[in-house]
Amino acid sequence: MNEFLTHYAFLIVPIIKVAILMFLVLTVDAYVTWMERKVVAHIQARWGPYRVGPHGLLQPVADGLKFILKEDPMPAGVDKIAYFLAPFLTMMLALTSLAVIPFGPHHFTLWGYESYFSIADLNISLLALFAITALGVYGVVLAGWASNNKYSLLGGLRSSAQMISYELALMLSVVGVLLLAGDFSLRGIVEQQGQSGRGLLSWNLFPQIIGFVCFFTAAIAETNRVPFDLPESESELVAGYHTEYASMKFAMFFLGEYTNMITASCLCTILFFGGWLSPFPASWTFTYYLPAVLLILFGLWLIYDGIRYETLFGRLLLPGVGVALLALGGALFAFPGINGYVQGPFWFLSKVFVFLFVYIWMRGTLPRFRYDQLMSFGWKLLLPVSIANLVLTATVIFIWGKP
Amino acid sequence: MNASLIIFFLLAAVAVFGAVSLILQREPIHGALSLIVVMVALAGLYLLIGAEFVAAVQIIVYGGAVMVLFVFVIMLLNAGEEERTNFSKLAGFGGIPLALALSGLIAAALMRSSGSLPSTASHGALTSTKTLSMLLFKDFAYPFELTSFLILVAILGAVVLAQREN
Repeated sequence: MNEFLTHYAFLIVPIIKVAILMFLVLTVDAYVTWMERKVVAHIQARWGPYRVGPHGLLQPVADGLKFILKEDPMPAGVDKIAYFLAPFLTMMLALTSLAVIPFGPHHFTLWGYESYFSIADLNISLLALFAITALGVYGVVLAGWASNNKYSLLGGLRSSAQMISYELALMLSVVGVLLLAGDFSLRGIVEQQGQSGRGLLSWNLFPQIIGFVCFFTAAIAETNRVPFDLPESESELVAGYHTEYASMKFAMFFLGEYTNMITASCLCTILFFGGWLSPFPASWTFTYYLPAVLLILFGLWLIYDGIRYETLFGRLLLPGVGVALLALGGALFAFPGINGYVQGPFWFLSKVFVFLFVYIWMRGTLPRFRYDQLMSFGWKLLLPVSIANLVLTATVIFIWGKP
Repeated sequence: MNASLIIFFLLAAVAVFGAVSLILQREPIHGALSLIVVMVALAGLYLLIGAEFVAAVQIIVYGGAVMVLFVFVIMLLNAGEEERTNFSKLAGFGGIPLALALSGLIAAALMRSSGSLPSTASHGALTSTKTLSMLLFKDFAYPFELTSFLILVAILGAVVLAQREN
């Protein structure tokens, strides 16, 4: 058995990593929908989901059950191949694009096979990611065309025009970072930001602030989120490209959208916010205990909040989770070896969480663009500004060398 | 049969299947989808010879940008099913012998040089992004710029042709 494992470790280890990442991403997707409903509700002075489980925490489970059990009618006159292909394509490409994201600096050896905190560690991981997301347009476009519905068709048309327009700005705004790093691999880009050891100050954010603004704007447009959600604007197009989809097929579009949000947040973190690097200088060793302290504080708050909860289930579940978090925090204090492994993923996931929050925040506060505004914004403002940023960066590097 | 040979034949079969399907499909959108399959299979072939950069660019440019425009135009014009016509006589008399002659020529060339054909992977020029850009912007800068000028002329020609009807 052991011999078998060492011989096929190159195949088994990636499969295990894929399984873990799939489970994590789909769970996070489900709870991002919960977070979105809660945050938007509180922005609008409502409570949001509150009935299913304590604080509505089991709402995603109920939603998932509903998606599975709903009837799945197929409208007449659809193009069958494209109609079935579209949701699968959307979700598959969205999940595949996460494969190249590095979550931490360490590498570990399992059954003699050395591997990283990422599924694939490519030389050209940034380009590979762009290639996969570039194909993601077809899911939306095919869904719009195959549904045999004029609202869907308009949504699909809008989305294809929008994605072509903003993809240019998206890619050009990254070139500045590539010039600074001299590397196409995401791991290399993060390592370059950590070379000086000055923490926050050596991130790409400061030399590339224009690039970051362009990139984040274009990324929101690429993921079809408010204020760029023209392909599915419900006041004009019913639900846009996914009007005719129900049940699990609708859920696939939904999961694809939220996974794309996560990928875009990961990319922002890696390219401009130093990926897994800590914002503090390397000499501040006491910040290594920050994850443990935060876990313990959150656990204490959960216990405090949970014992006053209205339902018995909540009074049992919330303090239970709180005690588990306390134990985890204590374990991090007790075993410094594990604490070292936790640092990278902790900072990475914290930054990704902040970006996801910004996504939801924008959805709660900004109105939608008009279509002509969207097009002129993309072509007349975002694209020239990102080209200017590229020229500026190249000139500065040519004259003064890399910082 | 080693693994890379099996993968090569699989990808080649997918590419040929996509190309044949592109011609036989009656719905324009299905034809465009077949073409995307061909593009992606070609990108896989580039990956197989170690040209990662070229493979990624193949998908980004052809799969992601050019084909989206094709699909966009087909959807915008709402093109219906193709109508089949009988083969023109010229195609029957001229085309089939020409096709046979061409495939015979390629087969003959391959037969003569079998075993002595240089393998692509050993070149190494395509594998690294740096060497590729050196070739493109330094050694072959003149033909490269000339090609982009040709494309510009083609775009202008397309605009002129489209304007003529109004």
